[in-house]
Amino acid sequence: MVRVSAPVRWLLRLVAVGYVFLLVAWPVSLVAVRTFEHGTADFLAIFTDPHTVAALKLTVMVAAWAVVINLVFGVTISLLLVRYEFPGKRVLSALIDLPLSVSPVVVGLALLLVFSGRTGWLGPSIEEAGWQVIYDSPGMIMATCFVALPLIIREVVPVLSEIGDDQEQAARSLGANGRQTFWRITLPSIKWAVIYGVVLSLARSLGEFGAVKIVSGNITGRTQTATLIVEAKYQNFEQTTAYSVAFLLAFISIACLVVVAFLRPSHQEA
Amino acid sequence: MSIDVTGLTKTYGDFVALDDVNVSLPTGQLTALLGPSGGGKSTLLRIIAGLDTADTGTVSIEGMDATRLPPQKRNVGFVFQHYAVFKHMTVAKNVAFGLEIRKRPKDEVAARVDELLKLVHLSQFAHRLPSQLSGGQRQRMALARALAVEPTVLLLDEPFGALDAKVRKELRDWLRRLHDEVAVTTVFVTHDQEEALEVADEIVVINEGRVEQVGSPDQLYDEPANDFVMGFLGEVTTLGGLTLRPHDIEVATSPYTAGAIEGSVHRMLRIGFEVRLSVLTVDGEDASVVLTRTHARSLGLVEGATVWLTPATGAAMVPSMQSSLAG
Repeated sequence: MVRVSAPVRWLLRLVAVGYVFLLVAWPVSLVAVRTFEHGTADFLAIFTDPHTVAALKLTVMVAAWAVVINLVFGVTISLLLVRYEFPGKRVLSALIDLPLSVSPVVVGLALLLVFSGRTGWLGPSIEEAGWQVIYDSPGMIMATCFVALPLIIREVVPVLSEIGDDQEQAARSLGANGRQTFWRITLPSIKWAVIYGVVLSLARSLGEFGAVKIVSGNITGRTQTATLIVEAKYQNFEQTTAYSVAFLLAFISIACLVVVAFLRPSHQEA
Repeated sequence: MSIDVTGLTKTYGDFVALDDVNVSLPTGQLTALLGPSGGGKSTLLRIIAGLDTADTGTVSIEGMDATRLPPQKRNVGFVFQHYAVFKHMTVAKNVAFGLEIRKRPKDEVAARVDELLKLVHLSQFAHRLPSQLSGGQRQRMALARALAVEPTVLLLDEPFGALDAKVRKELRDWLRRLHDEVAVTTVFVTHDQEEALEVADEIVVINEGRVEQVGSPDQLYDEPANDFVMGFLGEVTTLGGLTLRPHDIEVATSPYTAGAIEGSVHRMLRIGFEVRLSVLTVDGEDASVVLTRTHARSLGLVEGATVWLTPATGAAMVPSMQSSLAG
């Protein structure tokens, strides 16, 4: 390690801490301060407002579906990327990172182009079959899945490549079939990476705004999620409710990060 | 014959790993697949286990055609160079894996695991994780795990390659004793000729994807099929267009023996009890000769002396490739 003199060390610390404080800690803590400036009553009130409760329920439902879907596809795609060679593998790998670089608004518009009931490429025929995608939960789940797609894969892929396929081959030679090998050997080995990816996906899915706003139609009480209601309440001069919901979202995200922080050491041990 | 391999060919792109390999491995024996790295021996072992597939050719195990069988249906035990332990399971769970997959009753599994851990001297480590074991202990555990399913053949891929020299030697002796005890048909891959000569009943020498020779350690050492086998199994030198071992050359200080080749000692090196000579012959060959210190002293050898060399009676000799190419 390069040694730096004590004043420089202190300066570097000050810059780092100051930057994070001004950008993250202070603004977020102000949300908490605003939420609780008249006691806990304002905060608890959001659980009695039917629109807010509906929005929270919808958010949890959409996030849960998105995480489950991404879990199944994420682990499958990771296995595909690490264990198999096929044409187009690099293209697939690059596409998976797309949601990280593309604005969620673009994702929302793109989904609209395909699935919109009136003008979409596929939408009208799906709607005729009795399925509502856009302005309903399927579209919102799809948008959320899209933005959270890389999180599990990018956690699992490095772990899978690091452990190699020795253990899987050993299991095969001991009589295990593909399914048994996956459940008994592969999954336990990547367990912590999967859990970490799920926590990150959950945090990301709960907080998704742009893509969901476009595909949901933002219909109060029906397709309005927690992030959308924060914006709506804020613009309707119901700041206290907006702050309370915002605080709840921030609190859940921080709780997720704390959980991850507790998981990380055990992850490294294993 | 326990394992019959016929017409096996395997290529990776332009690289020919195995080239029309035909070999039969006898039941109940300990066979070594010996050869230089990249010679195809590991590929052959992995194809026998079903972990790789051949381009053409067939593999049969105990008379049953196994060419298209997946590894889990071949009933072979496989031990990997880097152990391939199940890191998240205890030693006992590792050993029990194959039996649990086969849905054996719990008490039977426990009894068998107990017995195997005793066999590999790991009973006191049953409840440890593999990360708490040394390399040698991990490999013994891997061996117990492979033996648990009572395989028809046991395949070991450079089993001691990742261990240090002392542990390797111990495990080598131990494998020989274990094989005498368990008597399962065993095939192991090695690039260490000493290991193969010491442990195996039969050795298959493989080089550049082809079988060079099959035979007992004595046969290979005494009657090598060609100068590759001869060179791979021990030190060699050339004398009069023949490849032979440096200790199989007799040195005389006068030209009495018929056919003796004249030369001069241009270097003499003493290592412990032996003396190594470099002799430049009149034909222009640089022959190395090994003799004991006592013998060298009794001949009064010094650097620059003129000597006459003859192959010892009964020495293993093969025509030298280099000289036949050059000549």
